Formats: sequence, structure tokens, C-alpha cells
Amino acid sequence: MSQLAAVESPRWVRIGLIPLLQLVLALAVSSLVVLMIGEDPIRAFKIMIQGAISTEFGGLSNTLYYTTNFIFTGLAVAVASHAGLFNIGGEGQAYVGGLAVAIVCLALDSTLNVWLIAPLVVVGCAAFGAFWGVIPGYLQAKRGSHIVVTTIMFNFIAMAFMSYALVVWISPLGGNSTDSRYWAADAVLPKWHEMASSFGMNASFSLLNPVLLLALACCVLVWVLIWRTRLGYAIRTVGSNPHAATYAGINANRIIIITMAISGALAGMMAVNEVYAAQGRLILNFTSGFGFMGIAVALMGRNHPFGIVLASLLFGALYQGGTELQFEISSISPQMVLVIQGLVVFFTGALDRLVREPVESLFQRRAIVAANASTGVAK
Amino acid sequence: MRTAFKLAAGIAMSAIAAVSQAQIKPSVIYDMGGKFDRSFNQASYTGAEAFKQETGINYTDFEITNEGQREQVMLRFAQRGFSPIVVAGFQQAPIVEKVARQFPKVHFVLIDSVVDLPNVRSVVFKEHEGSFLVGALAAMKSKTEAVGFIGGMDIPLIRKFGCGYEQGAKYIDKDTKVFANMTGATPSAWNDPTKGGELAKAQFDNGVDVIFAAAGGTGVGVYQAAVDADKYAIGVDSNQNYLHPGHMLTSMVKRVDLITKKAFEDEMNGTFTSGLQVVGLKEGDISWALDEHNKDLLSKEDIKRVNDIRDAIIAGDIKVHNWEDTQSCVY
Repeated sequence: MSQLAAVESPRWVRIGLIPLLQLVLALAVSSLVVLMIGEDPIRAFKIMIQGAISTEFGGLSNTLYYTTNFIFTGLAVAVASHAGLFNIGGEGQAYVGGLAVAIVCLALDSTLNVWLIAPLVVVGCAAFGAFWGVIPGYLQAKRGSHIVVTTIMFNFIAMAFMSYALVVWISPLGGNSTDSRYWAADAVLPKWHEMASSFGMNASFSLLNPVLLLALACCVLVWVLIWRTRLGYAIRTVGSNPHAATYAGINANRIIIITMAISGALAGMMAVNEVYAAQGRLILNFTSGFGFMGIAVALMGRNHPFGIVLASLLFGALYQGGTELQFEISSISPQMVLVIQGLVVFFTGALDRLVREPVESLFQRRAIVAANASTGVAK
Repeated sequence: MRTAFKLAAGIAMSAIAAVSQAQIKPSVIYDMGGKFDRSFNQASYTGAEAFKQETGINYTDFEITNEGQREQVMLRFAQRGFSPIVVAGFQQAPIVEKVARQFPKVHFVLIDSVVDLPNVRSVVFKEHEGSFLVGALAAMKSKTEAVGFIGGMDIPLIRKFGCGYEQGAKYIDKDTKVFANMTGATPSAWNDPTKGGELAKAQFDNGVDVIFAAAGGTGVGVYQAAVDADKYAIGVDSNQNYLHPGHMLTSMVKRVDLITKKAFEDEMNGTFTSGLQVVGLKEGDISWALDEHNKDLLSKEDIKRVNDIRDAIIAGDIKVHNWEDTQSCVY
């Protein structure tokens, strides 16, 4: 047994085969549900996959647009969990980030062009999100208030505050009753289909925009931060054992506060994609659950930026494919789509060990047998 | 031979014409909350279903679940030649404005908000009139001279309901106390029966004996609390009198179903008109519900008095202040 624990199963099994098996299992159970309501599961999955990857009507680019949101919120959860913190407040942090977009754009969109305003928006979103993350971080570090409780509560505070801000301050400046006016076109990043048509290419409408590149850049930065810097080392140390970290001379409280600031900043940047570039206006409850889905994304991506990109792609495809499914088969309701998405989360996250343990131990045993055979040790 | 061919061709042509006239492709886009919310969205669904039963013409619908879907779905409907596209909910207005511009031949019907384009029919309800009416009835039936209002999410539309209700109650007796609470600031406030029940209990403890809930699914909790406390409640949007006969004083009905059905029919008959329609008590698209479930609660005098007030509002003798005009309930 001790030998078993010492040998790791191959990398491709851990990050390739096992998630794939989990996905297949989830889809198998989903097809039973689809069968129950009297539809053909093969046809349903075909529509979902085509809907998510087709370039004909903007399927693929919308998938990538959703992916952008998931990368930000997934990274936010991942960074916090490296420090042993469970940040459930991505929803609120992203929502408050939206306020930064509104302030910058409402104040400056008639005077500055996109090159000047975009960096301001990015910094503003990160700062507002960080602020919303730092308060629960401070309360955890200095007062011992549990981060799960405080971040959840901060979601509600954010929602109440943002509803008030929208209805009382922002919408009277030219928007509808619960959203802002559109930002001036010159101040907003062009969407992918607009850029494509200016190069003479023909692309269907989608909400995809260059913020995807920012999201990917954030992935690289998070990777560097966590695995290649002293701060990242401190974060991981605090995450694995705060007492040992303190004994080793790391100020754990300081690390908790800094980590929550980074985590909040990443979640806040979801607003750059959604509020600034994609929708072009601040909308009541624009986060619609992306913050919470970040938890599932991080879980599935094993808190690694590369895994998060893959998981975000999967969830983006599920969202976009789900929209198509609802569109094409009228008997499939949004709740059905939610069931399918839920099953994927269930099998890849909550029931992770169901597949992981037997498959990993199978490969570990094989590795041990092989090792023993080559060294000539008798069983 | 030639005439026979011509004749056949003629018949075929007219058959095609008949088919193309009858085979319109109507559609509905529901807002978040879903098509079975027992209230606003469900009313559009009911109207579309009624049209389908009468004419046999099928329709397509879609329930929005996140902001990213709105534009995509509306565009796809328009591209596939669906018309009219009935769009329920004020939050969809900016998207209607964008998409309707790109598809001038497609007809849009926007409910609860206004978009001024030649191919858009905007339908806005005078909820304040209906709320005034049920507020007056509440004050008439209240023995404690205190009535309550429970709103769903705190947004201008719901404040408009509350303000009309308050005016109605004070019209009957200006000393009537009006207690008003909003369930919350998030969309979950539309579907939080537990909190609705708690708010209702708190209001009953303060001496209220009639509560009007304009809160979507949250109302179910309010109505249950009224049953438990043996007090009265007033339903909203759809006729909800049947939920608790004997305790539902009435419902303020917003006939979104008629609006949806009419839009489909107009498209089928080629009589679609665009522009703004403001409908209220006069048009019959806002009304108070009187049926077998609540008729025992009301005396002949009560019914007459409410109908008199309704007629006075229609005639313009009673002016009901609209919260949205001044963003306040000062009247």
C-alpha cells in the first residue's frame, strides 16, 4: 500500500483520461433524462455540440465569449483556494466590478477613445473587485470571521447596493429603469464579428471580443504568480498549513488579505468582458451565476490555469450548446439544460473520486508491477 | 390543355397564397423568471396557447436565462423569419431596439416598455390604475383602517404598483394606514414565498388586515399567511382568486395574454400596427377579478362602488398619479 501511494499515475491519465471519463458518464446519465422527456438524446447532443462549435451562426464565438467569463471567475476561485480560502464571493466581486465600468464610461466615454478608456476600465474593475474581496479577507485574517460566510454575505450586499445604484443613480442618466445607457461606440472595444467584417471576412453576430486575450493573459500571470514567485510560494504554503507557514516566518494574515485582493480583482475583471465589451452597458444582475459557476470551473480545472481554460471551454460550450438546444427542441426547457450542466458538475466535481480513485489505482498498480518486473524484485 | 394547365397553375398559386397567409410564424421570448411563473411571463404563454388552439398555428418560444442570450436569440428568431416576435419584459427593450433596426420587415411586440421604431408595437400598462382600484377595495374591506402592500424586487415598476395602491386606499379614507414592504433587491425576490410570508405576518401583527402582493411567486407565501391569519390578500397579474377562495379578496389582472394573442391575430390578418399602446382600465387590459371564488366576500354595494371608481378613472374624474412620471409618490 505504501508503494501504491508513492507512485503517481501518469499525467495524461490524471488530466486527460479521468475528466474525459467523467464527462462521458455525465452525458450518459443526461441522455437518460433526455429519454425520459421523450426526445432523442443522440439528436440532442448533436445539436448541443454543433451549436457550441459551429461557425455558421456564431456558435463557436459565443462559446468563447462565455469561456472568457468563466476563466475570470474560475481563476478567482483557484487563486483563493491555493491559500486554502474558499471564495464564494465571485458573484458579488464581479458585480461591483461592473460599477467601475459604469463610472469610467459614464464619465469619460465622450472624451476619451478606446485606447485610453480600456486600460482604465480594466484597472477600475480589478480595483473594485479587489476591494470587495479584501474586506472578507481582512475579516478572516484579523477577526477570524469565516471567509465562506462573509463572501456569501458580501454577494447579497453587492446585489442590494448595485440595485440601488442602478435604479437611483445610473439609470436616470439615460438608461432604462434598471440598466444604464449604452457606452459610446468609440469608447468600446469592437466585437469579433465587427473586426472580422472590417477585414473583409464574414462572421455572424456574437458577443466575443478581445477581452478573451486579457483572460488568457491572466491565466499566464496566475501561473507565474502561483508557481514562479515568492508570493505564490507563500500562498501555497499558507494554503497547505498556515501554522507551519507562520513558523517559517510567513505572515499568514498578510498573505490571506493579499490573496483575497488578487482573487477579487480577477472576479471583478469579468465585468470588463460582460459590461464593458459584450453588452456595452450595465445591466441589473449581469453576473447571472457566472461567479458561482467559477467554483465548478476551478474544481474541474484542478485550480491550474491550464485546466481552468479547458474547463471554461467546456462550460462555455455547455452554455452555448444549451441555448441552441432550447432553441431547436421546444420541449427542452432551460431547467433541462440546467440538469445536464448540473450532472457535468456533479460527476467532475462532487463525485470526483468515483472515477478518479479506481482509475488511478489501476494505473498505479500497473506501474508498480512494471517497476518490480524491471528491477527483478519478486512479488 | 393549355387552359387546363393555367387553371391548375392558378389553383396552385392561390393555394400557396392561402397557405402563406395562414402560415405565419409567431414567436414569444419570455424574460428571466420563465414561462411558468404563474404571473407575467405565463400570461404571454397563455395567450400564445389560446391562439394555437383556435387557429392550429404553432409558435416558437424561448426562455431567457442569462444576459448573453438575449441578442443572440432575438437575432436568430428574426433571421429565421419569425414574425411577430412578442417580447415580454422591460429589460429586453434595448435589445429590441437594436434587432428591430436590422430587420425592418419583422414585427416586434414589446410588452412593458417602449421602443419607437416603425416595426415595433410597444404595449405599456397603466398598472397604477388597477392598483388604485384594488387599493380602494382593500380600504373598503379593512376593519382596522390599515392595509398592506408587499412588492417583489425594488424597481420602479413595482413602486408604481405600490403608489397606485396607496392612492386608492387613501381615496376611500385618507386616514387609512398603508404599510409597504419590498421583498428584496435581487431577482430572487420574485420567488421567495418564505420571506413573503414573513413580511405578511409582520404586517398583520401591525394591524393590517388586507395585503396586496405584487411580487410574482413570492405572493404565494403572502396568500398562505393570509389564510393562516384569517385575513385577506389580493393577487396580481393573472387572476389568482382560485388559489385560496374565501381569502383572496380579488386580483389585479394585467391581460398580457390578450395582448399576445391580439398580436398574433393581427399578424395573421395582415392588420399589424406599430406604435405605442398604453392600455388600462378603459381598454379592459387592466381589470379587477370578480368570479365565483370571491363573490361571496363582496356585497352588492362593494361591487358597485369599485365599479363606480373604475368608471370615474376611465372618465378622468379621478386622476391617478403614476410613480414613473415624477419618480416619486407625491400626488
